[in-house]
Amino acid sequence: MAWYLLRRVIAAVPVVIGLSIAAFLIIHLVPGDPVQQMLGARATPETVATVTHELGLDRPLPEQYLEFVSGVVVGDLGDSITLNQPVTTLLRQRAIATFWLLLYGVCVALVVGVPLAVWSAVRRDRWADQVIRLFSTTAFGMPTFWLGLVLALVFGLELGWLPVGGYTDAFPDLLVSLTLPAITLGLSLTAIIIRTLRSSLLESLSSDYVEAARARGLTERRVVLRYGLRNSLGAMITIIAVNIGYLIGGAVVIETVFRIPGLGSLLVEASLRRDYTLVTALTLVAGVAVVVISLVTDLVYAYLDPRVRLS
Amino acid sequence: MLGSADLSASVGLLLLLVIVVAALLATVIAPYPPNELDILHALQSPSWAHLMGTDDVGRDVFSRVLYGVRLDLVVVLLVTYLPLPIGVLLGAIAGYFKGATDSVISRTVDVVIAFPFLVLVIAVVAITGPGLRGAIVGILVGGWAMYARLARGDMLVLREQQFILAARALGYSHMRIIVRHALPNLLRSSIVFSAADIVINLLLLAGLSFLGLGVQPPTAELGAIVASGQAYLLSAWWIATLPGLVLVVIGVAVSMVGDAVGDRWGMGNG
Repeated sequence: MAWYLLRRVIAAVPVVIGLSIAAFLIIHLVPGDPVQQMLGARATPETVATVTHELGLDRPLPEQYLEFVSGVVVGDLGDSITLNQPVTTLLRQRAIATFWLLLYGVCVALVVGVPLAVWSAVRRDRWADQVIRLFSTTAFGMPTFWLGLVLALVFGLELGWLPVGGYTDAFPDLLVSLTLPAITLGLSLTAIIIRTLRSSLLESLSSDYVEAARARGLTERRVVLRYGLRNSLGAMITIIAVNIGYLIGGAVVIETVFRIPGLGSLLVEASLRRDYTLVTALTLVAGVAVVVISLVTDLVYAYLDPRVRLS
Repeated sequence: MLGSADLSASVGLLLLLVIVVAALLATVIAPYPPNELDILHALQSPSWAHLMGTDDVGRDVFSRVLYGVRLDLVVVLLVTYLPLPIGVLLGAIAGYFKGATDSVISRTVDVVIAFPFLVLVIAVVAITGPGLRGAIVGILVGGWAMYARLARGDMLVLREQQFILAARALGYSHMRIIVRHALPNLLRSSIVFSAADIVINLLLLAGLSFLGLGVQPPTAELGAIVASGQAYLLSAWWIATLPGLVLVVIGVAVSMVGDAVGDRWGMGNG
């Protein structure tokens, strides 16, 4: 296990270095001048040149990159241009809400998705399966911003059951304020869980060891839960790992819809204000978060399934 | 006999056909110009005169939706099928040559895929400025990577097969083997994946416009129309909800057709 862990961590290093280069290069390679964008179209070329020089954007790229990275290594991501605060302070303030939203969303997706996937697989090609698959297809094609608004309209404005926006950072109000956002976020993942887990279950349910369990006279319920689902656990962990980037993208939109002060809404604000130091930092953080979460899920998978770490 | 899979494929195809034709004929079908103001008839609920009601400045929501669908479909097809061949070719090269070439391409793919797609696109838009151009550039920057990963995986298997080994033994150039012999076999999984990619890109473009970073008002675009109705959710629910429903229908129709193609080519999950 230790050997596997070491191998996986080493494999992640070049990706993280690549992420830092890519996040840094976006502002230099994408057509458009960040300083011109920041100052507006009426800024004179002289002003643009002065500000570019002050921000150090006229220095050679490798030099700028090294400065950026040496800052990142000691936890200094620079200062936000528009908010005049260290980026790390902003990240600390905003990360908590996003963390809870993602966690809550994944829980909702598992609670809804796993039973539906099992039901769908067990009743293969019967009407229940058809309905669940149609639900999954629909949920996959549903824009999160729209679903969020519809849920807010029905459960918040019309029925008045749940708050339609804002965020309280103490339990249990935190759970109440994040319920609609988490359902919105969870539903897109639910669709993916149903699709993937269903086909993984169908595969395990037709395998020899499941046939053997049936032949020993175990109840179908026990066969499905103990033999089928257990073996599909790995598939489920992988689904979450593979889609974590997709979920973070969903969180960006949902935080804006429900006015949650998280990293996602910060990114949208920063982008609208052309605060490119903040955008660069948030992009890097999002990429690194994906790599770290995938790494952790890989390790959990390997811990649960010895076949992975021994191969 | 018509199985449920065929039924779902037919329904999907029919829906898609209706939507595409309606979008292509937007100029003919739309009862009003998409940006025609009519303050006297603002915030009217859906009726025969205005199928999806009117918005806060009296524009006909149905007409705007038709133009919006047309714009969305054109842009989404562009950002899905432009990067596809590039990604497949890069993936094929990586899988064929292996070694250092593969490492460079695969690590680049890893990096691009590690960024949440929406975050990557927003970062690009922060530099180009909000608008359709930034959205397209952003989606193109990341869109090729998944195709490259798929094609590389297939190529690793393909390169060991008889007909490729035979082509190499005949002394054909590497480029000829990749383009003429391997590529046609690699396109299948990419084309199947492209159906899901269309849905993802559609939601991405609409989401970006909803956030104010994509297509700018007053241009009619589905996400932007939903955003414009957000403030009137309680008094005029139709502005935000009905255009969003059209997005859902397009997504479902594309998925149904994509699943059918996947099943037919033996890559389904049913």
